[in-house]
Amino acid sequence: MKKSTLLKTVAAGAVTAVAFGATTAANAETLNIVSWGGAYTMSQQKAYHEPWMEKTGDEIINIDKSGNALAGLRAQTMAGNVTWDLVDMLPADALVACSEGLIEPINHDEMLADAPDGTPPSEDFIEGSLTECFVPQIVYSNIVAFNTEMFPEDKQPDSIDDVFNLEDYPGKRTLMKKPINNMEWALMADGVPADEVYDMLETEEGVARAFAKLDTIKDEVIWWEEGAQPPQLLADKEVAFGSAYNGRIFNAAVNEGQPFEIIWDGQVFELDGWVVPAGKLDKVKDYLHFATDTQRLADQAKYISYGPARNSSAKLVSTHAETGIEMKPHMPTYGPNFENALPKNDAFWADNIDELTERFNAWLAQ
Amino acid sequence: MSTISSGPRPADYPNRRPEEAVAEPTVMTTADGTPLKVSLSRKLRRSKIKAMLLVAPLFVFLVVSFVMPIFDMLSRSVDNPEVPTELSRTVAAIEGWDGEGLPPETVFAAAFQDIKEGAQNRSIGRVATRLNYEESGARSLIMKTARNVRNAEMPANAKAFLIDIDEDWGDPAIWHVIQRESDPYTLSYYLAALDMEYNAQGEIVEKPEYMQLYVDLFIRTLWMSLLITFLTLLLGYPVAYLLANLPMRISNLLMIMVLLPFWTSLLVRTTTWIAILQSQGVLNDMMVAVGLISDDGRLQMIHNQTGTIIAMTHILLPFMILPLYSVMKTIPPSYLRAARSMGASQLYAFRRVYFPQTLAGIGAGGILVFILSIGYYITPALVGGQSGRFITNFIAYHMQSSLNWGLAAAIASILLAAVVILYLLYNRLVGVDNMKLG
Repeated sequence: MKKSTLLKTVAAGAVTAVAFGATTAANAETLNIVSWGGAYTMSQQKAYHEPWMEKTGDEIINIDKSGNALAGLRAQTMAGNVTWDLVDMLPADALVACSEGLIEPINHDEMLADAPDGTPPSEDFIEGSLTECFVPQIVYSNIVAFNTEMFPEDKQPDSIDDVFNLEDYPGKRTLMKKPINNMEWALMADGVPADEVYDMLETEEGVARAFAKLDTIKDEVIWWEEGAQPPQLLADKEVAFGSAYNGRIFNAAVNEGQPFEIIWDGQVFELDGWVVPAGKLDKVKDYLHFATDTQRLADQAKYISYGPARNSSAKLVSTHAETGIEMKPHMPTYGPNFENALPKNDAFWADNIDELTERFNAWLAQ
Repeated sequence: MSTISSGPRPADYPNRRPEEAVAEPTVMTTADGTPLKVSLSRKLRRSKIKAMLLVAPLFVFLVVSFVMPIFDMLSRSVDNPEVPTELSRTVAAIEGWDGEGLPPETVFAAAFQDIKEGAQNRSIGRVATRLNYEESGARSLIMKTARNVRNAEMPANAKAFLIDIDEDWGDPAIWHVIQRESDPYTLSYYLAALDMEYNAQGEIVEKPEYMQLYVDLFIRTLWMSLLITFLTLLLGYPVAYLLANLPMRISNLLMIMVLLPFWTSLLVRTTTWIAILQSQGVLNDMMVAVGLISDDGRLQMIHNQTGTIIAMTHILLPFMILPLYSVMKTIPPSYLRAARSMGASQLYAFRRVYFPQTLAGIGAGGILVFILSIGYYITPALVGGQSGRFITNFIAYHMQSSLNWGLAAAIASILLAAVVILYLLYNRLVGVDNMKLG
């Protein structure tokens, strides 16, 4: 269902592009843009791609490869044939790609649009979110959601502790098959305050404690690998709880009417944004300027519940394009949702991902 | 044509003088006067070249798509270019270090220069990633240092300068790792693939138990593949027998039923099994409906070993049935009748007369299914959950997600070696010449 709408949109976009191509064929280009697919690519299509194609006659091709973006960039660079023009990736991957020279450094103030009131990008984007090669678009959040029909009305879960509480909240859980987020949640559920989680994980004792906590629910966990799996498993009632990206749960709840509820307690939030593969800057700089301006980022929030990465856009966030509901309460950064939120520590994971993933995989196999 | 010049002459040798034969050799020629021998060898050479030209495209294809990638994979599993090229000065300076305490000032100065240059070319990330495989935290140590030395002048005391940036430079551990990984070739990836590592003294030791993963996976992959092969044989043998022995009209229909799933997309067949076996799926629903199990007691048949075994047995079944069928088709039914007429019981006739004749088919189907299943990865990835994963899933994981291609290559090389050894063993026991693929 969702896929067919996406296909239709892409097809419609392509038709529009072809139609405009006929009139402005002179310097129309084809841009290969890599992103995450599903509801997220859809929101980019509506907010950035379609207005851009209408404006310039360029054709934009969506490639759903962000899950393996770093591997793809490495392989294409090694083969000497980079076909991607713009890539949507996580800031931690962008740091690695940047240090390996796979992507272009970006002078943010020179290349990006100022806010409508003239604030330069370096001050308008969320503090600390701009790194050497990275232009953020959104703030998204890793949360645990549940199917409200799986629990009695007077006993709905509302904290991250409940996910680890099999006695009061029985049922299967689905969690991402990576140590990221799960380790943080395990410690938070074990009583570690959010701001001490990463200090704790730096120690062997903290890691052992996180695994011990995960051990308590291990038998009840189905591990997912694709972002589309948890909403599906929740909808099929295969699981009671599922960790997911908040936008996917929003999409399922609002657009598909699923009885899903998000536990905002203990959310782990992070950024997501654009990087430009080495040598592609000239080709995509106009698009990049357009797609990251204040209005475009605010527009994206009409389609998916991810917070815009610009302060000036946050004020413009309005209502959902199709259902007309107010978007603000669904944003990870909305006051009440943000009370016990943990910013993902990219530096910690850059250092420890290899070792902890290995240990996590070994733990899974035991 | 060899002239016999010595040796005993057979008694019935024609009475001809030897001198005559040397003086006037009878040369047979073709119509245009070329000696027959020359003409024949020319003809043979021409047809040889023709045959070679016909094979050439396949040969080139095999070299490009098979031999070269395997060679590339093998070399990648020991290739270690990052440290020697990116930290070339450091590698030269650290060579003579005895490993006691901290390395001398010259090494620190060389490291300063290497990291500064790498930071300016934006190539330092590669070595940071490489060293992080060996020592967690090396990435941020290198990257933090790179940010700090990028625009710095060479300090008078590089040792103090680096340790001031990050105290980890004052820990001999990182220097031991650099010294160990300074060769252009490394065994680290193979060690990691066999759940081993270097300890602080540079000796090879087993990893702690909570980090061990791959050896168990290799073993699991092998025994599950064997089990799947056995199950396909168990299910496929009677089907192949029916196919070969039923009247044409019925056996054709049966053949279509075997082939139809074979022509269906692998992904469709795999996801169908998910729909059937999942705990809210068709099979569980039916069992609950007829009261076989309670609603709370739904069986977990997918996302575990059971799921992998069921789905893969189904998917690989045609590879067993078809070679068996082609062999059974050639066995004349009169043999069995003859055995029966001579007083053998049904079972005895089957065991002594029919079964031995199908061994070639069992051998072919067995090795086909086994080798296919050992390398399968999509189906275990989709239905295997945790306990039903194969080692191949980790090769894919290290190719696509962790990007540790050296480790992926090492695991794949070990798997390749295991398959080659098993094949040789199989050849010894069954004999590849005895197989019949149809």
